[in-house]
Amino acid sequence: MSSRSSIGTFGMLMSVLAALALTIMPLPAAIESFRPDWIMMMLIYWAIVAPQKYSVGTAWLVGIVMDVAQGTMLGQHALTMCLIVFVTIRFHLQMRVFPLTQLTLTVMAMLCVYQFLLFWINGVAGVTAPAIVYWGPVITGTLIWPVLSMFMNGLRFRR
Amino acid sequence: MASQSSSNANAVRIPALGLRVAALMLLSILLMVYDDRNQQLDTVRRAIGAAVYPLQIVVDTPARIWGWLVDSSTSRNSLELENTRLKIQQRLTRAELQQLTALEAENARLRDLLEARDRITGDIRVAGIMSVDTNPFRHSIVLDVGSEDRVYDGQSLIDANGVVGQVLQTGLKTSQAILISDPDHALPVEVNRNGLRTIALGTGQFDQLDLPYLPNNADLEVGDVLVTSGLGGAFPPGYPVAVVSDIRRVPQQPFAEVKATPSAALNQVREVMLIWMDQPEASSNEATTDGEVVEQP
Repeated sequence: MSSRSSIGTFGMLMSVLAALALTIMPLPAAIESFRPDWIMMMLIYWAIVAPQKYSVGTAWLVGIVMDVAQGTMLGQHALTMCLIVFVTIRFHLQMRVFPLTQLTLTVMAMLCVYQFLLFWINGVAGVTAPAIVYWGPVITGTLIWPVLSMFMNGLRFRR
Repeated sequence: MASQSSSNANAVRIPALGLRVAALMLLSILLMVYDDRNQQLDTVRRAIGAAVYPLQIVVDTPARIWGWLVDSSTSRNSLELENTRLKIQQRLTRAELQQLTALEAENARLRDLLEARDRITGDIRVAGIMSVDTNPFRHSIVLDVGSEDRVYDGQSLIDANGVVGQVLQTGLKTSQAILISDPDHALPVEVNRNGLRTIALGTGQFDQLDLPYLPNNADLEVGDVLVTSGLGGAFPPGYPVAVVSDIRRVPQQPFAEVKATPSAALNQVREVMLIWMDQPEASSNEATTDGEVVEQP
């Protein structure tokens, strides 16, 4: 069993597409602010398990697509995702041996930094949004991370 | 939990990672600045947007199928009821319309007497809203029409009851629009009763607009209807925007705190109407979505 997993580039692409679909899927207005950052979590996952293949360049491209799909400033998500993936790759060896609780807390910290960077760029550009838009995704993202990572591991090592 | 790396020494060595991150970050910052200053990246957006379009269709499909199921399973009885209701409504509307024609003629004559310019009238067409969520930082919607259908940036949207918002970015087949309730949206309005002009700001809540620039002694009452003033040129004049719901006059403060309820049901609209004005290039700064207009006092 190697880190060159049974789920190849195609699988990675599919997982990111699924994350994008979940990101633009309509939700009731009440829970809309609690939509997890699916794409960011997926990129963190791939950066931990296969950093040689999916590095900052991939994250940047995905971020640009996200910017277009969401209509944010071109480069906003690209910059933040690229940076978070960079930090993840820097610590991916440690993160691989973390127990699940510790890994989840680390991911929470990453998601916090991610939201803070988005908030910061919005502040510079003069976009105002209520605070829950930034905090909601961190909370749900942290709760969902263990399930998501186990699900993805299950997919990767099925055979 | 994660996989055992085949060779750990191999995994760490990603050539010039720091350099690549620095280069990509610089590129993103340049992109953002360029995107913010002048909207010339539309072609890039359109190209990538065309690639995202199939995904939007896929996400939109379940809602569409659900709507179709609801439509096709409606009983004959309720359809007949709705039909009679609509017929009555149409009769009433037509009766009102007769008067309107006379009023329009009278208005034209009076305007002739005053030697005023004719009011701008334009084409209207209905557009659907796709069940796709977008920008979490804005109140925005995705329309199923794009630049192929002559939609342009800054075009105004209304529904049956009032102003809904304006187009922010046009793609090839879809476009994104911002609602008047977005915190960064400012809309020039006037009070229908006395022509008092002011600016209505979004608050981030669907059922509330702010009118922060009215002095304490302004002639304003709860229930006053606000219509677009047409100043700034982004919106055609005379469309209803909101009804004043609350006025609080604090003597020490220079401005009164005025709230209004939008006439359009902003979070319930399924279809909107796009207005083509006679001069499409007249988009302006008055109703822009830049933060500059919304400096709170």
